[in-house]
Amino acid sequence: MSVDTLSSGRTRRGFRDLPVPLVVIALAAFIYVTAALATGQANQISLTGLSGLLQRTVALGLVGLGQTFAILVGSIDLSVAALISTVAVLASYLMQGDAGMIVPAILACLVLALVVGVINGGLVACWGINPLIATLSTGLILQGALAAGFTYLGGRVAPEFQALAYQAPFGVPLPVLLLAVLAIVAWFVLAKTRFGAHLYAVGGNPDGAKLAGLRVERFVLAAHVIASLGACVAGLYLAARLQSGTPWIGRDGVYDLESIAIVVIGGTALSGGKGGVLGTLAGVLLFASLDASFNMFGVDAFLKQVLRGAIVIAAVAVYAVRNKGHVA
Amino acid sequence: MHVKSILAATLAVAFSTTAYAQEFNDPAEFKKQRELLSTKAEGPEGKPWEQHLGGAMVDTAKFKKDGKHTICFSNAGVFNPWRVVGLNNMKGEAALQKDRIQELVILDAEGKDDKQISDIQSLLDGGKCDVLIVSPTTTAALTPAVEAACEKLPVIVFDRGVNTKCPVTYIHPVGGYGFGITSAEFIASKLPKGSNVLAIRIVPGVDVLETRYSAAKSIFDEAGINVIGSEFTGSDRAKTKSVVEDYINRGQKIDAIWMDAGDTATAALEAFEDAGLPYPVISGEDQQDFLRKWQKENLVAIAPSYPTYQWRTPIIAALDILDGKSVPGPEWNLPQPAITQETLASYIDERMPALHYSLCGCQDLPGYPEQWGAK
Amino acid sequence: MTAIPDTVRPSRRVSIRGLNFALLIFVVLYAMIAVLQPNYLEAGLFMNFLRRAAPLVILACGQLYVILSGGFDLSMGAVVTLVVLAASMLIGGDPAMTWPVIVALYAMGLAVGLANGAIVAFLKVPSIIATLGTMLLVNGLALAWSGGAPRGDLPDNFRNLGRLVLRDVPLVGTLPVAVIILVGATLLAGWGLHRTAYGKRLLAVGDNPRAAELAGVPVKPTRISAFVVSALAAVTAGILIGGFSGVSVNAGRGLELQAIAACVIGGAQLLGGRGSVAGALFGSLSLFALFTLLNLLGLPQALRDSLQGVILIAAVGASVLRHRRST
Repeated sequence: MSVDTLSSGRTRRGFRDLPVPLVVIALAAFIYVTAALATGQANQISLTGLSGLLQRTVALGLVGLGQTFAILVGSIDLSVAALISTVAVLASYLMQGDAGMIVPAILACLVLALVVGVINGGLVACWGINPLIATLSTGLILQGALAAGFTYLGGRVAPEFQALAYQAPFGVPLPVLLLAVLAIVAWFVLAKTRFGAHLYAVGGNPDGAKLAGLRVERFVLAAHVIASLGACVAGLYLAARLQSGTPWIGRDGVYDLESIAIVVIGGTALSGGKGGVLGTLAGVLLFASLDASFNMFGVDAFLKQVLRGAIVIAAVAVYAVRNKGHVA
Repeated sequence: MHVKSILAATLAVAFSTTAYAQEFNDPAEFKKQRELLSTKAEGPEGKPWEQHLGGAMVDTAKFKKDGKHTICFSNAGVFNPWRVVGLNNMKGEAALQKDRIQELVILDAEGKDDKQISDIQSLLDGGKCDVLIVSPTTTAALTPAVEAACEKLPVIVFDRGVNTKCPVTYIHPVGGYGFGITSAEFIASKLPKGSNVLAIRIVPGVDVLETRYSAAKSIFDEAGINVIGSEFTGSDRAKTKSVVEDYINRGQKIDAIWMDAGDTATAALEAFEDAGLPYPVISGEDQQDFLRKWQKENLVAIAPSYPTYQWRTPIIAALDILDGKSVPGPEWNLPQPAITQETLASYIDERMPALHYSLCGCQDLPGYPEQWGAK
Repeated sequence: MTAIPDTVRPSRRVSIRGLNFALLIFVVLYAMIAVLQPNYLEAGLFMNFLRRAAPLVILACGQLYVILSGGFDLSMGAVVTLVVLAASMLIGGDPAMTWPVIVALYAMGLAVGLANGAIVAFLKVPSIIATLGTMLLVNGLALAWSGGAPRGDLPDNFRNLGRLVLRDVPLVGTLPVAVIILVGATLLAGWGLHRTAYGKRLLAVGDNPRAAELAGVPVKPTRISAFVVSALAAVTAGILIGGFSGVSVNAGRGLELQAIAACVIGGAQLLGGRGSVAGALFGSLSLFALFTLLNLLGLPQALRDSLQGVILIAAVGASVLRHRRST
């Protein structure tokens, strides 16, 4: 099997999946608009309202982009929540409000994410440890190191860095633009490059990819590094938005499970090899619309959980039920 | 290359330990809260949620507004029973004042800083609110959002503060040091020098809890009482009981249990029951189950509080501000009483659920006691 | 059952290795506990150790069924929380209500298990997402029902199931009721998995659902039943936890991941096909011994999390290496 046939196979599959993101986006829009009209808050559909809605997608969207890569190669990353906390805390600790430290702090965080990604990827790809256990463990280790190191948060990011999270050129918040740009890059990598085609091949059929001469381990490793980088950018964004990181910011945001949920809702198969970033963006938009709509309706906090659980299941079931064969 | 970066990250984490160790031990704040504990409250007798301990008043004439008001509240969440009771108190107060309130809009951030910022933003964008009440998830994180809100409408912050003076008032009881002082001084007064106390805590790193421990620790150190352990149990009863059993099994005598929150106090006591040991001196909190156990077993105990009646105050403040009446501020210190042997009986209400906080000040509110989960 | 694919057979051999390894870890960890605190070697303290470990062991046995069928059950912790809160509200402190309510609790568990299983088998939602959904749903329901804080009360006859210790028992001295339930539940789980045709079918489904289907195994009912077993185990664990320490809204938090970790330490292979109840038993005892050890060492909480992570990687990594060598 040549690499070319693999990539063309992937394109066909990608085509068939196109409706899932669109369906999810339509659902999200429907829910949001209905909520706004039903509660008489039409101004939530204005530009400010919508940019507020998009703002809600940023943190989870950034994590989700990275998580998409991990899931596409048939792996998964549960350590993202702990990494987000670590990055956010590290960034505010290193900056201490000093603009001169912005670049070094960002670099340090990226290096940390790289290391975590390599470790995750190494445990999964080279050692063969199940990704759930491997990344659960690295997450525990990070969380522990973090709690041991940072018992209180005197640190804060530089005001100039914080401003980045609150700027809105042409009415669109800068973080939303960041998410859009990174999403385009991720889409380009997956859809238009050899590397992307190989990722799909590795996720869809690792044995076949191996026979075709691909170094499967390297792709799994790379996917984990990208997942960690996604979490890193999310952590930096949160640090900027919140002025300083707290060691529980990732855990309280449930970014690990929620990022997996949005990726799967967006049509990416947990078994790998199928899906893409467009679906992930649709998934995160659905979550954000739900959040905003629950707010408009004033849904009780516990009932929100119930509804969210039901919607996660329903959203995935809507198209999963068409699958042939068995799912576990 | 990788080895280097791992080293760098490790070093960064290691350095931070020393950098942050001192933050929860602020002697000036400790002293201030100790004084506040014995300050006489000003305000209506028997209504501690309307009282204040010293401090100035702020003029609010510029916020005066006619008609019925829409009060907006951005809540950090209802992730523990303390916040559940508190939110009921706030809704009760709003129901009591329903003639003057158009609507009470509550957005729940589910404990997520990021969501709470968006919530505040959407409340401002919605344009309905006449006044904004915020109970922040974290102090630093919410500061920019609160600053943005202050430019548009009067803001009231309570429970946790923010790092800005822009809100009209910041409502809170005496505070974490006060909690630690009340509880530790009681334990120290009941035990001889050299006694052992075990500290049971919820989670590390949370400002409002760390200050409780830091105050208690310094009082124990001063009184020559050994803190034989400081354990985190995440409010989990099974874990609390297990931890206490482990300490009992070590064979060390435990003369007292100090807790930074009382929701698992009865679980800690059960460990002594199961081991066939006498009860220790204990500091819990104002939860019904602890108070009932205290009365039934004749414990030597105290229940300091971080009273949930503080959830009534923001509504009262909001209406006063919109009336243009001056309110205590920019800091509104509420009294922070403790339940003692003398006052114990008056706080017990058999109808209320186990984790009802007795200092809710909610007995006169509409819907009491059913809304608070009474049988 | 002759129609079982051949691939299942070697897995039996491997599962015994899994047992040995987890048993070894447990013995080493418990020995370390005993060095620090020699009285843990007394029968009484060992029984108390088992009493506290009982819920985790039972959860792990239930989780094992789902793991062997090729899935995950993330909703176990939420079911535990629901059970504890529901028991307290429904019983309301009236001892006469204890037994009827326990029946009702198992009915709730059955419903959750059937729902999980049906969502996975018929709607084809991957179990990790399906049970994530039910986790949110069940947890939300439990909290909405109770109003976010515990209500009602648990009478002594309910509490005794997790709390009572029988004294003056021959041979062992003291015997907690929870340990009797632990032994019973483990034997039942072991019998179901290793001594019945159903157990073989379960292994076959997890190993290769397509092959199992071709061999005539009813894949969907088998898969659904695994989720039912898991949910019923969670109900049992919830009763023990509620009994041991009383009502709390946090009763089940994080238990699902502990149960999965325990199975994996016990040699179970995620995504199915290999594992044993003995492995899950000693895997969860190892995990619990580790918690106890870290407690006794008095390490800061933060380091305990990190150590847990390291040990999890080490245990699973070692088993990966052993299997690689054996194949």
